[in-house]
Amino acid sequence: MQRKFIVSDPEKCTGCRICELICSAVKERGFNPLLSRIRTVRVEPLMNMAIACRLCEDPKCVKGCPRKALKVDKETGLITVDEERCDGCAWCMEACEFGAIILHKDKKIATVCDLCGLDPKCVTLCPKEALTFMTPEEMGQKMRKRAVQKLIVKSG
Amino acid sequence: MWGYAGEVLYIDLTRKKTKVDRMRNGFCEKYIGGNGFAISLLYNNTKPKIDPLEPENTLVFAVGPFAGTIVPTSGKYMVQAKSPLTDFMGESVSSGVWGQALKRAGYDAIVIEGRSEKPIYLFVDDNAIHFRDARNLWGKDSLQTSDIIGEELGDENIATVTIGLAGENLVKFANVTNDRYRQAGRTGMGAVMGSKKLKAVAVRGTNKVEVYDLDKLMEVCGDLYKQCQGAGTEGYRVFGTAGSVLILNHIAALPTRNWQQASFELAEDISGEYIKENYLAKTIACSGCPIACDHVTAVESGPYKGLVTSVEFETIYSLGSECGIGYFPAIAKANDLCDRLGVDTISTGVTIGWAMECFEKGILTKKDTGGIELIFGNHEAQLEVIKKIAYREGIGDLLAEGVKRASERIGKGSKHFAMHNKGLELPGYDLRGLKACALGFNTSTRGGCHLRSSMYDFDLKGKIDRFKADKKIGQIVKDREDLWAIVDSLILCKFIRGVLSTFDKLAELYTLVTGFKMTPRKLREAGERIYNLEKAYNVREGWTKKDDYPPPRVVKDPIPDGVAKGALLTKKEFELMLGAYFAARGWTQEGIPTKRKLTELGLNRVAKDVGAEEESR
Repeated sequence: MQRKFIVSDPEKCTGCRICELICSAVKERGFNPLLSRIRTVRVEPLMNMAIACRLCEDPKCVKGCPRKALKVDKETGLITVDEERCDGCAWCMEACEFGAIILHKDKKIATVCDLCGLDPKCVTLCPKEALTFMTPEEMGQKMRKRAVQKLIVKSG
Repeated sequence: MWGYAGEVLYIDLTRKKTKVDRMRNGFCEKYIGGNGFAISLLYNNTKPKIDPLEPENTLVFAVGPFAGTIVPTSGKYMVQAKSPLTDFMGESVSSGVWGQALKRAGYDAIVIEGRSEKPIYLFVDDNAIHFRDARNLWGKDSLQTSDIIGEELGDENIATVTIGLAGENLVKFANVTNDRYRQAGRTGMGAVMGSKKLKAVAVRGTNKVEVYDLDKLMEVCGDLYKQCQGAGTEGYRVFGTAGSVLILNHIAALPTRNWQQASFELAEDISGEYIKENYLAKTIACSGCPIACDHVTAVESGPYKGLVTSVEFETIYSLGSECGIGYFPAIAKANDLCDRLGVDTISTGVTIGWAMECFEKGILTKKDTGGIELIFGNHEAQLEVIKKIAYREGIGDLLAEGVKRASERIGKGSKHFAMHNKGLELPGYDLRGLKACALGFNTSTRGGCHLRSSMYDFDLKGKIDRFKADKKIGQIVKDREDLWAIVDSLILCKFIRGVLSTFDKLAELYTLVTGFKMTPRKLREAGERIYNLEKAYNVREGWTKKDDYPPPRVVKDPIPDGVAKGALLTKKEFELMLGAYFAARGWTQEGIPTKRKLTELGLNRVAKDVGAEEESR
């Protein structure tokens, strides 16, 4: 099975941060961006993008954990956190190149996107369809298509 | 509580003291939030006839029950105080993360009283309130201020409302800025902050906002998000508010050169269509909004090369057609300057447009302007004058008072073309050929305003004959004002009205969020209550019927051009509609709320303040 993850399209993302509210609602039964596993970043004034776990093949967060609290699920590629082992040291956050891990503000343990049982609600509810749930292959094809469209428009 | 935080934070800047009050039982359902909370807190915490720029004025920030939730477009706050521009109730709404943060910090409203001796800013860090030295921020522009505060407090996620130089210098139409460049622009709330030596209010809110029926709310909002991508919001999504330029120009309702014309020969060059084709860089959204109307533009060549800003229709009118300027990059530059210095673009543009006409007529000369060739179309002169206003230098000191006071001071017939109502400069809809709009702009409790009833919807969509002053418009304005009072209390953006604007749907959402059983009828009544309380505030300040009258030009100078040529709003026509409006409101024919109406709305205690009589007529 090819792993799937959440991809944010910066051309479509408006920086509305609705995905953050949805994530916290699904996972924490309340609205709070600080509890969201997906985070929107706005680099003023024009760049907007959401970031969630990329399900890396060889995840640095797992390697970076000194207490072996993080594991990668062989089947789905999801990162799981052993709440007993995790002591909130945040080495995994530093290891992740995308800033996709958060420290749960109440539990003080590493927390990461679990893809809502392979049906991520942030993706379904994103108003601008800026978020898609896809495999690396699908993403590659999308980017190729976009490149071709741009090339053809350019060459007239 | 669900939806609400349940607490009001009181801050005394003079004594550097704070206190927190729990919401009284029943208060939430009676006043809903935002506008309702703010006017209630303002009414009860200020004495009548105070000087708006003295410590006695109270500044209220309020959010609604939807702030911080996924209800679309609910990331909004309202700021209210007695207005230094109008001397009546002042208020303004803006969107972004600040209102959401305030809710998460645990407050539905902040009531700010007194005056600090030295410049300070407030840091609301959940339940810890800090008074912080702002001497290093005094003199900084709005953008710099929020950036410096973020750095100083070491957290980029801290949300800030701030004032620019204009607020510090008590420019009567200084605005309040949040999210770096979003403005609560109208009625000079920034000057009230400045008078209190309050540079900014930074908020860090880390708590979650909980709602009564989360699953159902997610379902309903998911559906609304989809609808927000449809026909009901199309104009806003495709061109942003700038889409209005050509629509209004075509029907000769785009005020030009201080309302001397109603169509602009350069309208094409400042239209939403042209901007999209030539300057659009990215469409972005306010926090929590699925529509995304904000069309950010980038100027890539010419004297204003490198400028990145978003320009709304009202600004294209006020700094553009109103001043005879048809060069978009210049409007964008003036917009950027206003944002940084912290002045409202509508009031700034209309006041400068008035000064340009004075210059044209020889009422103001180069001696008055300090050598500036203040003619229509001179955008360099406009930029100079904007700076002078913010610094209150030379001619700027006069114009910083707003067009009403400036024209009173200059005289020489210039009051005839001072385009304001109750001192608030008029937005860009020519009222002579938009009769429903004309009534709504002038009955507005905050003065000349398009957002207290947005009656142009009725004129432009042909729901009524836009050239005919009809008695039925009175009732339509009343209904719209009550609805908009609720929209401003929940608080939602008016740009979602094509999808979400019925009392039925709003009551359903209110119940899902708060758990309070709300009916459309009760919600409508709350809207009427809020509007009546605002009116009572104004009456207590000395409002009389003549304050609702439109400026003389609208009544005496017919539109000279375009398809609306000859259109006028005569005094008789206006009085016919105004009388019908007062009757629809259940007020006296002098426009004073009656004891019966106030009692019916549960506002018995304000009846004596306004000298309400037993019978209406």
